[in-house]
Amino acid sequence: MENNNVAVSLRGITKDFGKVSANKDVNLDINKGEILALLGENGSGKTTLMNMLAGIYYPDAGKIMINGREVVIRSPRDAFDQGIGMVHQHFKLIDVFDATENIVLGLEGKLNFKEAEEKIRSICDKYGFKIDTGKKIYDMSVSEKQTVEIVKVLYRGADILILDEPTAVLTPQETENLFKVMRNMKKDGKSIVIITHKLNEVSSISDRVVVLRHGEYVGEMKTVETNARKMTDMMVGRSLTLNIDRPEPVDPQSRISIDNLTVVDEEGLKKLDNVSFTANTGEILGIAGISGSGQKELLRAIAGLENIQSGSITYVHADGRKEELVGKSPREISELGVKLSFVPEDRLGMGLVGNMNLADNMMLRSYRLGKSRFFTDKKTPRDLAQKVVDKLAVATPSVDIPVRRLSGGNVQKILVGREIASKPKVLLTAYAVRGLDINSSYQIYDLINQQKKRGAAVIFVGEDLDVLLELCDRILVLCDGKVSGIVDGRAADKYTLGTLMTQKREAC
Amino acid sequence: MTDSKVKEPLYHIVKRDDISAKKAWRIRITAILAALVVCAVVTMVCTGDNPISIFATIFKGAFGTQRKTWITLQYASILLIISLALTPAFKMQFWNIGGEGQVLMGGLASAACMITLDGKLPGAVVIILMIITSVLAGAIWGVIPALFKAKWNTNETLSTLMMNYIATQLVAYFTIVWEVPKGSGKIGIINQNSNTGWLPALGNKYLLSIIVAVLITVGMYIYLKYTKHGYEIAVVGESQNTARYVGISVEKVIIRTMLLSGAICGLAGLLLVGGINHTITTTISDGQGFTGVMVSWLAKFNPIGMIFTSLLIVFMDRGASEISTAFELNQSFADILTGIILFFIIGCEFFIRYRIRSAKKSKKGVA
Repeated sequence: MENNNVAVSLRGITKDFGKVSANKDVNLDINKGEILALLGENGSGKTTLMNMLAGIYYPDAGKIMINGREVVIRSPRDAFDQGIGMVHQHFKLIDVFDATENIVLGLEGKLNFKEAEEKIRSICDKYGFKIDTGKKIYDMSVSEKQTVEIVKVLYRGADILILDEPTAVLTPQETENLFKVMRNMKKDGKSIVIITHKLNEVSSISDRVVVLRHGEYVGEMKTVETNARKMTDMMVGRSLTLNIDRPEPVDPQSRISIDNLTVVDEEGLKKLDNVSFTANTGEILGIAGISGSGQKELLRAIAGLENIQSGSITYVHADGRKEELVGKSPREISELGVKLSFVPEDRLGMGLVGNMNLADNMMLRSYRLGKSRFFTDKKTPRDLAQKVVDKLAVATPSVDIPVRRLSGGNVQKILVGREIASKPKVLLTAYAVRGLDINSSYQIYDLINQQKKRGAAVIFVGEDLDVLLELCDRILVLCDGKVSGIVDGRAADKYTLGTLMTQKREAC
Repeated sequence: MTDSKVKEPLYHIVKRDDISAKKAWRIRITAILAALVVCAVVTMVCTGDNPISIFATIFKGAFGTQRKTWITLQYASILLIISLALTPAFKMQFWNIGGEGQVLMGGLASAACMITLDGKLPGAVVIILMIITSVLAGAIWGVIPALFKAKWNTNETLSTLMMNYIATQLVAYFTIVWEVPKGSGKIGIINQNSNTGWLPALGNKYLLSIIVAVLITVGMYIYLKYTKHGYEIAVVGESQNTARYVGISVEKVIIRTMLLSGAICGLAGLLLVGGINHTITTTISDGQGFTGVMVSWLAKFNPIGMIFTSLLIVFMDRGASEISTAFELNQSFADILTGIILFFIIGCEFFIRYRIRSAKKSKKGVA
């Protein structure tokens, strides 16, 4: 059943990373001259699938056909030879080179910048790009860098372009421009795959939409025949019952109150925009949102690790005293008697030191107590490590091995175990169960619930909506750094959350 | 399969998970033996001499007489002190390659005290001032790049290296200011008659450096392993993100550690000028600020291990010079032998970290 109109066919593509399956038996066609939207939640395997087409990964099973002929793509060079080019979410440009140098980088043959520049100019004219060929990358805005990436791919003669969340870093005007050139490219017969989870973009740019969920192909629709409701349903799937315990909050009191918090990153992009909410004692406040909507910055801001542009974060002591946390370092915050624990997303790169053993990792929080002013106390953290290992059933030969050698679930148990050992008043967790198997996940939910019952204010950043809906008392939804809603965890459903997460830019 | 132009390579390099200490040492010892074999072959081919007698000569050069043994130990001590000084910085992943400059500045401060205070203050006071100023001078030379790093995140490899050149030029300038006799371009032995500022000989004249080295080794071992400062250094070196997360001020740790690193280098300068040479030249530290980096790395920043690595390097160096005199070869031949040995010792670390795996049959044969 060969169709002449099909540019790329993926058949039975499977890719596992250790025990985690990123893609399972995916079949997908990309037609000539169409814009295909690849839609799915975080971790649904969109990027992995496209990386296999671009030669970054090699599939464990399945085959790839281009123009009806089976091909083997082992490297990005192979992909280019087949006319496939991918623009990754994180740009792969050399900062100190200018646009032309980056575009011709890695090409064989004699370097001729004059010729190259002419070719670049003709590509730009053809599709409506604007590019300053002599400008160094470090002087460029994010959108200019993206243009260089796209031109780089076209320069190499790609007919099939893959854009991985291209609009995540763009302003609305820049997005409009990008869409304009995408339409021009389509007119020229190029096939474009756009990876996204923004429904409004799917409807404004794509011809067809394919939905992935948990690494599997769920279905596809013509964009004109679908609507936001249908797409959200396909994306989030039917609700599962997980039977996570959710005790009623006892006497909730305001503990952390955040007012008009705005955080700007180094590039000048707003990561949090006028965020206000309150976290209460004895309650789990869930934070939902597409990845990169400001969840990370929110937790880091509370922990004293972000440069805050404006707004306030107030900590309320049990006796009603108030403490302003903005402008204080993590150490100053802890010296104020604010008992704050933080389980960050990056476990080995931030929460723990991978090369240190379990006992020394326990010491991270407590080493200042020490044996004396100058010497550390090695015994207490060691006992704590042993206690955590025993209590949480951490699979490890001893507390003397480097923590990076443990499996993901055990690493997380060590981190959570350490963070709750200090009996926190506020517990911040980011993707606490990411990559964990079911048993470990439930163990983590239990630990978090115990803290809630103790009266801690828990802020739980999660990605699995089913978990958020069963674990949290209230759920705050972030969209593009803004609060797009705070809903009751017991009353809300997946569709409500999905809508709040993906609603239009202008509306949120 | 139609696509035949892409072939799997015959072998590829795989990172080792972890390796037992025993196996790691077996690789290292094999490397040293291999190095000796290559040295023997090279010597035989180049000179026609018997390799066994060459190895005997190397040993004689380092430990042949009591005096030679003492000198070897003294040299190793100075190298060890400098390596220990660099260790906390490197453990913090601060590439302090400015050991040369820090040692020189320490030496210059000592020399300045000896020359300018001779006859004006009692000898003991001069020595105390020498200790204070040399430690201070080294610390200042170390902390300047640290301040730049902490404040503006400048690259410390460049700034520490540039500080070396400044120190060399300063010493060159003062050599002219203080030259004796005028026009010689050398300072010569300082206070040859009064011996002001000559560090006291304990037992014999070699012992002082050795004792200082032992004290600093033990001190550094404890500092890195059992103190809060040592722990902070380890955390900052492994992950600055983690350090910030637990509230460690990375900037403060960088500055404090470089003060210490520079101070100990300054102390080495004091020993070189006040204890051993009693003069100062621009080459007094003889590249040990760089060799120390290697000593420290080879021992994986373990102060106790550094005793052995510094001895090994000094032993090879002195043995190799003995060969060139005994066999009437020129000094370059000694350098070649040292080069071969270091190549093997450093190269073997690659095999401790990585494994070479030959290609297996590709599992995807069915298309």
